[in-house]
Amino acid sequence: MTEADRPSQPGRIEHQAQGVLCFSGDWTLPHYAMLRRQVERFTDRRSTDRDVVDLSRLGALDTAGAVLLVELIGTEQLAHLQTWAPKLPAERQALLCSVADAVAASSPLESGRALPVRDFLGATGQQVESLWQQQRLLLGFIGQVLVVLARLIWHPSRWRLTALVSQIHRTGLNALPIVALLTFLVGAVVAFLGTTVLRDFGATIYTVNLVAFAFLREFGVLLAAILLAGRTASAFTAQLGAMKANEELDAIRTLGLDPIELLVLPRVLAMIVTLPILTFVGMLSGMLGGAMVCSLALDISAFHFLSILQRDIPLEHLLVGISKAPLFAFLVGVIGCLEGFKVSGSAQSVGEHTTSSVVQSIFMVILLDALAALFFMEMGW
Amino acid sequence: MTAPALIRVRELVNRFGSQRVHENLDLDLYRGEILGVVGGSGSGKSVLLRSIIGLLRPTSGSIEVFGQDFQHLSSVQRAQIERRFGVLFQRGALFSSLTLQENVALALIEHAGLTRDDAEHLARSKLALAGLPGEAALKYPAEISGGMIKRAALARSLALDPEILFLDEPTAGLDPIGAAAFDRLLLTLRDALGLTVFLVTHDLDTLYTVCDRVAVLARRRVLVADRLEVVEATDDDWIRDYFHGPRGRAASEAAHYKEES
Repeated sequence: MTEADRPSQPGRIEHQAQGVLCFSGDWTLPHYAMLRRQVERFTDRRSTDRDVVDLSRLGALDTAGAVLLVELIGTEQLAHLQTWAPKLPAERQALLCSVADAVAASSPLESGRALPVRDFLGATGQQVESLWQQQRLLLGFIGQVLVVLARLIWHPSRWRLTALVSQIHRTGLNALPIVALLTFLVGAVVAFLGTTVLRDFGATIYTVNLVAFAFLREFGVLLAAILLAGRTASAFTAQLGAMKANEELDAIRTLGLDPIELLVLPRVLAMIVTLPILTFVGMLSGMLGGAMVCSLALDISAFHFLSILQRDIPLEHLLVGISKAPLFAFLVGVIGCLEGFKVSGSAQSVGEHTTSSVVQSIFMVILLDALAALFFMEMGW
Repeated sequence: MTAPALIRVRELVNRFGSQRVHENLDLDLYRGEILGVVGGSGSGKSVLLRSIIGLLRPTSGSIEVFGQDFQHLSSVQRAQIERRFGVLFQRGALFSSLTLQENVALALIEHAGLTRDDAEHLARSKLALAGLPGEAALKYPAEISGGMIKRAALARSLALDPEILFLDEPTAGLDPIGAAAFDRLLLTLRDALGLTVFLVTHDLDTLYTVCDRVAVLARRRVLVADRLEVVEATDDDWIRDYFHGPRGRAASEAAHYKEES
């Protein structure tokens, strides 16, 4: 039909004598923009709807054109199309009538224009409110997870070891290389910084202490936790979010099972197991990076490096560092899972919550680390 | 039917690993007809549809669309042909980050070159034509029901007034009233616009009400593709079970009853 050989004649409206509106040409999608302008002009000019409408010279017609015709002629007049245009082919009558019915049934949209200042204030309020809600929700969810954990701990038969091991494999073992590489590089950088600053004082030997202090107390756990937040919290959110969008979480509930027990606990526990291990690897690898720089740039041999470590660095620094790991792991895991539960169906929502889970968990990790540093310092540990 | 076929599928073979879905399948689709494609679950109806619209490269065989072999076209030529298709996917496949009216307007802006204002105006009319209330136009797909998603997807597939409409189970998930309205709309559009429709369906009522021809997909090929009376009378166990089972009989009686009254 649209493949007709003759070139397409754009549709026209002519106002003939005695108030006859004559439609001709093709009323099709390619001419839509032009036709709409014409229709708007005629709608403005049309004083009464007593005009006679002549559709006999109409060329091709598709739904786009039909919509415009309906808008101009009006649904009331089209309701008795049969009486005033009996010669119009039946299929066109049917098309115009169904479009007219559809247009009549749908109410026009009114779009309210809002004030920019009010919008800004409203958006700010919403942000603050949602921030507050988010924290409340997080606290509530932490409580729920702890309750389930406490209930489950007395029933070893219901421990989901397979799921736990699989999660440990994915969150821990697969993350080992990247954690090791990253901390190694940061260790080398810290050693370089130390060398540069301490050289002026002739105290380059303290580079060893700097690297060891930094990695045992802070950097090992912090880097590992941030990596897990980026790598695993996002994965948790995307997995659970996709399940939520697919109504799998609802299916779990209707089967009388608990999604927290089934999905959240194995993930969070796996994080709690793996982060201390990753932290330990990170510490070793960071100090290895430092040792490499020391031996290459400062002529401090690996043996010398180790003996300084043994002499100057007490074990409690390692304990301080690693004691933070389970807490960070718990938070990162819980935030990742909670954001997954908040997903609401669309692909965009999965994306938004994945971003939010990474940002939140990194923020929480750094905030808690700062608080912990204060605490440990005041305690003199 | 003496008119040349709009779509000619010849000796189509589709294999996924060791699983054979189609084996030397032949099928024609003629201009202006509504072809119903039926078959058991997993008989490869959706795979056939995906091969024809070019989403799936068949293992072997030829698919001619508008007289051109789809597999030997450049991507530009393919895009031009694809523009003449309208496709309604089984689960709607609406873009979840766009409102319904933006979903429909997207093709109008990109292909028909309309301004945003024009396109959204037209999109709202198309949504209304598909049976959606006006206030639904600004909603996102996640906020509406499954039946409404089907209607919105129909509106999107009709956005460019395509020549061939591919519908994958359009009435599944619609209530009977909505399904009947859908059947009527399909007939109206076909009559007025000369649409050609490739309709994959399980809905026997739709099959009896709107289809000109029915193709039965079973045992990896098209068993028969002809008018419904001929298909019903075909001597085959599966066809007999399908059309003369309790549901088939009810739909057939309803269709005859409607014709008589």
